[in-house]
Amino acid sequence: MKALGNLLVKSAILLDYQAQDAEDAVSELGERLQKAGYVKDTFVKAALKREKSMPTGLPLNGEVNAAIPHTDVEHVVKAGVAMATLTSPITFQNMAQPEESVSVRLIFLLALDQPKAQIEMLQEIAGVLQNPKLIDSLMKAHTPEEAIEIICRNEE
Amino acid sequence: MAGKKTILVACGTAIATSTVVAKAIEEALEDRGISANIRQCKAAEVPSLVDDADLIVTTTPVTVDQDVPVIHTLAFLTGIGKEDVIEQIVEKLQD
Repeated sequence: MKALGNLLVKSAILLDYQAQDAEDAVSELGERLQKAGYVKDTFVKAALKREKSMPTGLPLNGEVNAAIPHTDVEHVVKAGVAMATLTSPITFQNMAQPEESVSVRLIFLLALDQPKAQIEMLQEIAGVLQNPKLIDSLMKAHTPEEAIEIICRNEE
Repeated sequence: MAGKKTILVACGTAIATSTVVAKAIEEALEDRGISANIRQCKAAEVPSLVDDADLIVTTTPVTVDQDVPVIHTLAFLTGIGKEDVIEQIVEKLQD
């Protein structure tokens, strides 16, 4: 999964992070993307707003559920992905049924600079979401390097 | 209806989710030798585009007043029930 591996921003990978709630996690990840020069200062607010109206929580097959917050391209400088694994789950709303809550322990915050671009990376994220074993290894990663290595090594 | 059918693939921003869904549908239909027009849009754009569509596949709630079938699914993201959804899509296209 080289496309995703290459777009992951090392300084925006938080492992065993203790987030208060979804807002806290998205803000922390978004601010890190901003510091690294990937998104504008409007990104966090826009991502949070979009999460409220059109949530991105995804119930998965394994024990861990995920969320993939993102927002419009105008808030993005260049494409990048932030990631967090959480020690305890936080609540996102279900993308398909917004009235339903999803307990999330894995977050990919996506900064996309063009519509319909980065298809390969997006497919690889779907590949991660569909692979409970890979998620298990990601949840056990202790350093950003290790997390990137786990993703790059996976050929599925 | 004769000719190539059009599938409208909707998600919140038409950036991330629908890109994955559109690509997955394209590949699944190709494997089955079916060709269709696949068009991505934001959920909010569905009402203005629905007249040209034969089927809507969406990951997020959409409002459709017209008589166009809607498949509301996360299967192409999560993998859960993916084969069933592909069968449903193929069936709707053959109607």
